Amino acid sequence: MADPLAAGPDAVQFRFRDDEPVDHPAVTVDSFLNQSNASAVRIEPGDDARELVPHLEHIRLVEINFPSFTDGRGYSSARILREAGYTGELRAVGDVLVDQLGHMRRCGFDSFEPDHQMNEDDAKAALRTWPEVYQAAADTRAPIWKLRHKEGSHG
Amino acid sequence: MYRYDKYDQAMVDARVAEFRDQARRRLEGKMTEDQFKPLRLQNGLYLQLHAYMLRVAVPYGTLNAQQMHMLADIADKYDRGYGHFTTRQNIQYNWIKLEDTADILADLAKVEMHAIQTSGNCIRNISSDQYAGAAADELIDPRPYAELLRQWSSFHPEFLALPRKFKICVIASETDRAAMKLHDIGIRIVKNDAGEIGAAFYVGGGMGRTPMIAPLIREFVPLDQLITYAEACLRVYNRYGRRDNKFKARIKILVHELGKEEYARQVEEEFAHLLTQDIEPPLAELERIKEYFADPAFEAGASDEIDLSDPDFALWVKNNCHAHKQPGYITATISLKPVGGIPGDASAAQMHLMAELGKEYSFDEMRVTHAQNIVLPHVKKADLYTLWQKLDEAGLGAANLDSIEDIIACPGLDYCSLANARSIPVAQKISERFAGNGKTETLGELKLKISGCINACGHHHAGHIGILGVDKKGLENYQLLLGGCEGEDTSLGKITGPGFTEDGIVDAVDKAADVYLAQRQEGERFLDTYRRIGMDPFKEAIYG
Repeated sequence: MADPLAAGPDAVQFRFRDDEPVDHPAVTVDSFLNQSNASAVRIEPGDDARELVPHLEHIRLVEINFPSFTDGRGYSSARILREAGYTGELRAVGDVLVDQLGHMRRCGFDSFEPDHQMNEDDAKAALRTWPEVYQAAADTRAPIWKLRHKEGSHG
Repeated sequence: MYRYDKYDQAMVDARVAEFRDQARRRLEGKMTEDQFKPLRLQNGLYLQLHAYMLRVAVPYGTLNAQQMHMLADIADKYDRGYGHFTTRQNIQYNWIKLEDTADILADLAKVEMHAIQTSGNCIRNISSDQYAGAAADELIDPRPYAELLRQWSSFHPEFLALPRKFKICVIASETDRAAMKLHDIGIRIVKNDAGEIGAAFYVGGGMGRTPMIAPLIREFVPLDQLITYAEACLRVYNRYGRRDNKFKARIKILVHELGKEEYARQVEEEFAHLLTQDIEPPLAELERIKEYFADPAFEAGASDEIDLSDPDFALWVKNNCHAHKQPGYITATISLKPVGGIPGDASAAQMHLMAELGKEYSFDEMRVTHAQNIVLPHVKKADLYTLWQKLDEAGLGAANLDSIEDIIACPGLDYCSLANARSIPVAQKISERFAGNGKTETLGELKLKISGCINACGHHHAGHIGILGVDKKGLENYQLLLGGCEGEDTSLGKITGPGFTEDGIVDAVDKAADVYLAQRQEGERFLDTYRRIGMDPFKEAIYG
């Protein structure tokens, strides 16, 4: 995979995928549900991500908007889509800050389009913060309880 | 008690490094205060009126001597030589510098402590019964379940930007000593008809400006689905919890507005889905944690005799000690409510002493209570008199547990930027009044709780007598509430009528106490008399 932290000047600052990005703008959840020929959808904080679940095979990009980084509804939306088997691009858009990166990755986000570009060294450090994780989420990291019991030992 | 393994230690160390870097970026101006605020709050750092306050987590209130010594050292090194034990079974320091905070967190990490998620809109430190593992009346020690929840909720990536703070409490006895139903999630560990252990979930309780008692959402969650069910409760909350108005954002409002049946239905739907996602730690993990909470090496056949010939000691035993499950042992509470003192405050010297006594007389274990006292859970009855003498010499022998002097009070306007009125001077005046007129002992159990604003950190809604400080045209004014209770028969207090000045509220409490003394029947506590005779006789005495 290309180094996502050395991405180009595009509005998407970091992208952890190798496939071609979708080249058309995302539509709202309502317009997607009314005329589902779009393959890019944008979820706002009040939208219910579960409404997209029956249509995931048609979707290649889901943008989840964070108008304010303190509104955490988008974290649940992301996990819900990943748990439903969505494998397309999941992009965090808006007030996305460096200290949220690691948690967003765990919830299934694999690209980031922040309002303000992040310092790349800080971003690299943020993604390296946690040596392990305590809980299962939408990423592939094995939780600490799994590590503790994988060989029947107490670690 | 629980001890960190290499994983727990690595996580806490990583957190210290993360915060050190965040503080650096803030101090270098690379981050705005608005961006930094949620990060520092989730490390317990809160900006008060005069300085930063640091709230250190004491998970389910349990700590050992080494940890208590460290809390004392931090008070000396970074604060003004004292700390304040809180209603969330934590400790907070009121005079902290941002520049020192990462070093303090590093000191805490050396003794397996932290300040993770003690503030902010996230799952907070898990609270529990202060007599857990010792009480004669408990089904099972609730702390292993609390520890399982602690690990699950620490840095949970989905739930770090919740609509509001989220408090979880776990108990395992019929008697509720932890105000379980006044939490966002209250869990009671229960046994079902088939003899299996599981968890009853009460969701949507809380104090604050809209106090609510949590309704029962599910009678029995099997232990191998505990985390999954909790996750379902949180996800429904995160999805729907209001962001438009912070005063309507707690889960109690959501459960109230949806109705408990509809909330429970949506949780069940999410729960059924999450059961397919393999997010539950195996029961082997719970067993691993339980080993840390095995009983200490009690002496078999220890004597149940206590020589009560010293009347001061006898009074302390009667008021401050609680029945232990092990013959020959007893649970003793150190009151941090000396007459005229600041409720919950302890000096570094007192903390060092409590640590030494906890080590010598209580198998190296102490508890912080939500009533802001310190428990020595496992004291041999044969040692009790010696222990009490040492406490009494150090000014820690107040025999006033659960009495009108055992006041819960928030920091109030002396420290807090949210407060409308001071709490501490009112608490001091009330304890001095009742110690002075000698009514304390006659009144018996009378829980008095004071909050300096409607956010209710001093639990005034749940006091047999509650006091709420308000701002009345720029002057501090105090409302009186009667009839609240945090126990298994949880109830919320009602306001008597117009408020009072600082001295007026002390007189009003005295008059309410006199109504009880005149009207009580055999065996009735203040609360029982109030419930029997109602508000009117009290109003007549107070305002008549």
